[in-house]
Amino acid sequence: MTTIGLSFAWVGRTYGFGTTMRPGPGFMPTALGVVLAILGLVITIGALNATEDQAEESILPANPSWRGWACILGGILAFMIFGKIGGLLPAAFSCVFISASGDRAATLKGSLLLAAAITLFGALLFSVVLQMPIPLLQWSPS
Amino acid sequence: MIYTALSNLWFGFGVALEPQNLMWCFAGVLIGNLVGVLPGMGPLATISMMLPLTFAMKPVGAVLLLAGIMYGAQYGGAICSILLNLPCHPPHAITCLDGYPMTKQGRGGVALSLTVMASFIGASWGIVEMIFLSPVLVSLALDFGPTEICSLMLLGLLGGSTLAKGPAIKGVCMTIFGLLLGSIGVDVQTGIDRFTFGVSELYDGIELVALALGFFGVAEFMLNINSLDAKSRTYSNVGFRDMRPTRQDIRRSFFPMIRGTLTGSLCALIPGAGPTIASFVAYSVEKKVSKTPERFGTGMIEGVVGPETSTHSSVQGDFIPTMSLGIPGDAVMALLLGALMIQGIVPGPQLIGEHPDIFWGLVASFWLGNILLVVLNVPLIGIWVKLLTIPYRYLYPSALFFVCIGVYSAKNSFFPVGEVMVFGVLGYLLNRLGFHPAPILLGYVLGPRFEENFGRAMLISRGSFEIFITRPISAIFVVASILLVGSQIWMRRKRRPAATRDTPHPA
Repeated sequence: MTTIGLSFAWVGRTYGFGTTMRPGPGFMPTALGVVLAILGLVITIGALNATEDQAEESILPANPSWRGWACILGGILAFMIFGKIGGLLPAAFSCVFISASGDRAATLKGSLLLAAAITLFGALLFSVVLQMPIPLLQWSPS
Repeated sequence: MIYTALSNLWFGFGVALEPQNLMWCFAGVLIGNLVGVLPGMGPLATISMMLPLTFAMKPVGAVLLLAGIMYGAQYGGAICSILLNLPCHPPHAITCLDGYPMTKQGRGGVALSLTVMASFIGASWGIVEMIFLSPVLVSLALDFGPTEICSLMLLGLLGGSTLAKGPAIKGVCMTIFGLLLGSIGVDVQTGIDRFTFGVSELYDGIELVALALGFFGVAEFMLNINSLDAKSRTYSNVGFRDMRPTRQDIRRSFFPMIRGTLTGSLCALIPGAGPTIASFVAYSVEKKVSKTPERFGTGMIEGVVGPETSTHSSVQGDFIPTMSLGIPGDAVMALLLGALMIQGIVPGPQLIGEHPDIFWGLVASFWLGNILLVVLNVPLIGIWVKLLTIPYRYLYPSALFFVCIGVYSAKNSFFPVGEVMVFGVLGYLLNRLGFHPAPILLGYVLGPRFEENFGRAMLISRGSFEIFITRPISAIFVVASILLVGSQIWMRRKRRPAATRDTPHPA
């Protein structure tokens, strides 16, 4: 059922893509947007026809692991935030630590150790060996 | 013609044997083999992670490294699927059917060594094909104008999206979505920014690395986390000694290898029909030919060797349209083309003439790389098997860090890291809905060139679509595209009464 809902959202969005374009450079996106919208409709109709036997097919898996997903995304976010204000070391550590905590079998100690190891390795590889222009440690909160 | 090909090949070996290039090639196959073995890590994610590192390298080294990762992963994936019944990469799904039963019978080592042999033979044939076929294609394609290129791309895009995994119509949707994503940023012809919503970071378009890592890195982690259960590893004690096949094994796998090579190379010639399809075709061929088809699935060596040979021969064959025409057959090829474009090299029929070192160096490195892989895989099998026991919970955080820093280093900016997050979530949702994101990458890479050539064709014809039909070569491509779509619809119609199930199947 969610499939259908999302297909509709899909179609609606593509209409937005198609119609708000300027004439010259917008030709290609408009044409593609219309085609995509039509295909989206076809899929939607197909999904509507076939709902009986696949009603429980949903967007969430049988056992959603919200914590895991949140930790993966949080890890990326942490990399951005700490990378901007603190440099490579805190960014790497927080990224690995937060994402590692997402697994059900993870322990605090294990995640900390892993984060420390990866941070050390990453700092050596990217800053020392590859000479990447990213500071290891800094303070620029802005 | 043979003479020129051989002298070119000789030149290629000269390029590939330069110490630096040889090193990159070795690094590529080693990394490839490693990620191939590790469950839950794909060659696509790895190649896109390494992509930013190659910006600073010479183009030849970059291509050798990235290509090495790709075919190295094919070797590694076989280990994983035979010993653990875990098809890490789609082409190996079929290998599990007979490979794992062999492992249960204690003959996993034999299956592995014959697989390595089969892979080598398949790959060699694919390379030979590449040497002789690419120049022919190029000489044909050099006369192509924008019209022909445009309709050829149409065919390539349709092939790539309809023949890939999942329902064809969803594949086409994804391709178009990719084309739309490719149009974000400043328009090349008019200089007007599109879809940027005033965000200045988007003027250069979406970062290729961010797109690929979001869809194939982060989305994969989200699919796999807490769901990749530990398989029993009781049978995976394989040493060098277990790998010696008996004479009978070799005799039984000789013809499957040859048949696999043929099916693989044929599949490679059809745009979009990549290694996965090749392996399925090869398996069904073996089953048809065999005198005892009912015993397939219980550990028949033919069912392991045939598909593996065919996979490898088509992997190498896939490079033919990519390198000679600039039309990638699947997402990995699209990434490789993207890497070349970042290096400032325009893919297309002129590539071999203008950059012979890249093309012939690549061909020669295939052979070197495959030899290296045989050396790596046979005596060192024990090490790879040990690697299988690394739990996923140590793997994905480390990989995530590499994703982040890889994307950051592409532009030395944190904005693409945010893009990764968005594409990761989007990729996860699409996967759950049964849309496979691989065609997006195809569309994204080809999009700008498609638009450019389309614009030129329209200029030539003064805005009339007739030009695509009145030019003979272009007309052939258009007809082929229509046939492709038509056959897909026809096959769906035929299949429907038998099986109405068309459920989105998460990959």
